[in-house]
Amino acid sequence: MTDATITPVPSPPKTPLTEADPRTKKRNAAEKRFQYYGIAAIAVGLFFLIVLMVSIVRSGLPAFTQAVVSVDFTLTEEQYDEAEAQLFKTAAYQSYFNAVLREELRERGLDVDFDEAAIERILGKTGGTLREFFRANEDQLGQPVSFELSASSRVDGYFKGRVTREALQDSRFLQQSDLDLVDALADAGIVFSALNWNFITGADSGVDNPGGAGIGASVVGSFFMMLVVLFLSLPIGVAASIYLEEFAPQNKFTDLIEVNISNLAAVPSIVFGILGLAVFIQFMHLPQSAPLVGGLVLALMTLPTIIISTRASLKAVPPSIREAALGVGASKMQAVFHHVLPLAMPGILTGTIIGLAQALGETAPLLLIGMVGFVARGYPDGFVAGFTDPNSAMPAQIYTWAARADVSFYEKAWGGIIILLVFLLTMNAIAIILRRRFERRW
Amino acid sequence: MDDQRIIERTTVMKDIKIAATNVNVFYGDTHAIKDVSVGIEDKAVTAFIGPSGCGKSTFLRCLNRMNDTIDIARIEGKIELDGEDIYDKRVDPVQLRAKVGMVFQKPNPFPKSIYDNVAYGPRIHGLSRNKAELDEIVEKSLRRGAIWNEVKDRLDQPGTGLSGGQQQRLCIARAVATEPEVLLMDEPCSALDPIATAQIEELIDDLKQRYSVVIVTHSMQQAARVSQKTAFFHLGDLVEYGETGHIFTNPEDSRTESYITGRIG
Ligand SMILES: Nc1ncnc2c1ncn2[C@@H]1O[C@H](COP(=O)(O)OP(=O)(O)OP(=O)(O)O)[C@@H](O)[C@H]1O
Ligand SMILES: [Mg+2]
Repeated sequence: MTDATITPVPSPPKTPLTEADPRTKKRNAAEKRFQYYGIAAIAVGLFFLIVLMVSIVRSGLPAFTQAVVSVDFTLTEEQYDEAEAQLFKTAAYQSYFNAVLREELRERGLDVDFDEAAIERILGKTGGTLREFFRANEDQLGQPVSFELSASSRVDGYFKGRVTREALQDSRFLQQSDLDLVDALADAGIVFSALNWNFITGADSGVDNPGGAGIGASVVGSFFMMLVVLFLSLPIGVAASIYLEEFAPQNKFTDLIEVNISNLAAVPSIVFGILGLAVFIQFMHLPQSAPLVGGLVLALMTLPTIIISTRASLKAVPPSIREAALGVGASKMQAVFHHVLPLAMPGILTGTIIGLAQALGETAPLLLIGMVGFVARGYPDGFVAGFTDPNSAMPAQIYTWAARADVSFYEKAWGGIIILLVFLLTMNAIAIILRRRFERRW
Repeated sequence: MDDQRIIERTTVMKDIKIAATNVNVFYGDTHAIKDVSVGIEDKAVTAFIGPSGCGKSTFLRCLNRMNDTIDIARIEGKIELDGEDIYDKRVDPVQLRAKVGMVFQKPNPFPKSIYDNVAYGPRIHGLSRNKAELDEIVEKSLRRGAIWNEVKDRLDQPGTGLSGGQQQRLCIARAVATEPEVLLMDEPCSALDPIATAQIEELIDDLKQRYSVVIVTHSMQQAARVSQKTAFFHLGDLVEYGETGHIFTNPEDSRTESYITGRIG
């Protein structure tokens, strides 16, 4: 550099710093434009999110309330014995109930007449419910018992504005005159809208009883399935990724495996369902409709997602960290587990939560292993049974409801979606808390 | 570079700690080290000098098999540590690296606390029996790394939060904590101010009493100050290797002379 000849260069014209030159202006304009695009994109995204949320909440919230008839009912021992002696026992209970209701209305000075058929249209077969209760609780005989009986789905719909007087055509399900009765009962405070606990905690009901349908049992089913997915796919996925990323030699064979894993992530979920049916149920004879099998199938589906994200986050750990560890004499395994893995953990958790969320919302594979339809009859009676007892899962339950004829099942489906989202958000929240933990370790 | 004070040192024959014979390194098709043979003495400081990209780091990394981690790197030839071939199939590189420590060119502290950075090596090698002993090792190492005073009150803070020069000294402390027999230092002072540099050079001088130190440096003065032997690399060749005093006062190769007088580089 010493022999470089220096020729005098004319100094460039002075430009004031306070005034932007055309190039700078152009660049600034481009930057501004880009920012506007970004804001617009976010606004569009937010708009659709809000529309989605509002429509879900609006359609789903009614599922959490239920029109109930609240009556204090006293059954004496003589009445009980008398009813049990009859041929049509529930009919006897029914007539007792009607009498009580009539009495109640007269006491309040309300003068509406109704017949047995009307009560049956409004409340369904109350006799059976009453008989069941007193047979199970004979000690309650002779004392006033407060019953909250859920009204039929049409009456419930009338309360929620789904059924209107104008649109109602008299049928064997509901008649105009019944609505007069309902109005009177509502004025008297005998019929009112109450929180439908049964929807949150109960199990699915039959097609003809939408009022009694609950999602609780399938929430439990989903929970056990997620346990299986988490405890299978996370360790297997992370172990596989660590091996592939840190230990495996780079050759044709590992390239092939890599391509296959990426492809596996794109396989339609129903294919995994068929596989599960063939392998887990037909070949291995695992119980049908069980969360265990559902979990196994979903774990297979989640594995590629976890492997891909884990490998990406392992790759993102700077190689200098590995060198530093090896340099002080750590083995490869120590370097990975003491230094690389903790740094990759936030990324791994993100991948896991995406995989789990996908698995949670998956319906198609569950169709094939029999986790849809009227299977979520009740709660499993223990931890192990939770894995092996036939159960449904939330999305499958929602699918079942959406496919049923009665409109109030449709409302339940929306309500189910709210519960599904709440479950998902809880899961995400746990993952975020865990990730914070790891991030705080630098 | 006329102002260099080069002291004629008495030549004492020392044991050879690391003997490299006909070492060739390839990165894929790039021939990075060409047939290098060199004997690194025990209880002495050897300096590797040479222009950027000439293979100093590459050769240094061969000495503790750090190049094993680079897939495309291929090493030929023989490197012996105390007469044992370190590239022998039976040699566990992990065991080798405990004996041959390394300070990297770019400071690379663990994203953990300063304490854990230094304590990690002793921990995995079981050099301390209890917390008190470990504390002692950590303090001693940080003192030797000339960083104790700056970090003694913040040992639980992340090592990555230190300044570049502090990080480098932390890495030096981390490397000496495991008491290696050979310490390889790749430009340890490139990010340090003159005071810290002097402290590190003091450390190197001190380490020399017991260990063999190899240092890569771009500072001729530093090479002249701390080393007994100097190797000059150029484009993958070991051009000249000998007594530091001899190389700096009386280089045999014209390329060496041009380099140390600042004409190539
Ligand atoms: N990981 C690698 N992959 C491919 N080529 C490499 C790699 N590391 C080094 N090289 C090549 O090997 C040659 C020697 O590099 P090396 O890092 O040993 O140089 P150096 O003497 O340490 O230089 P500097 O003084 O700039 O650190 C260079 O040509 C470089 O491009
Ligand atoms: Mg280098």
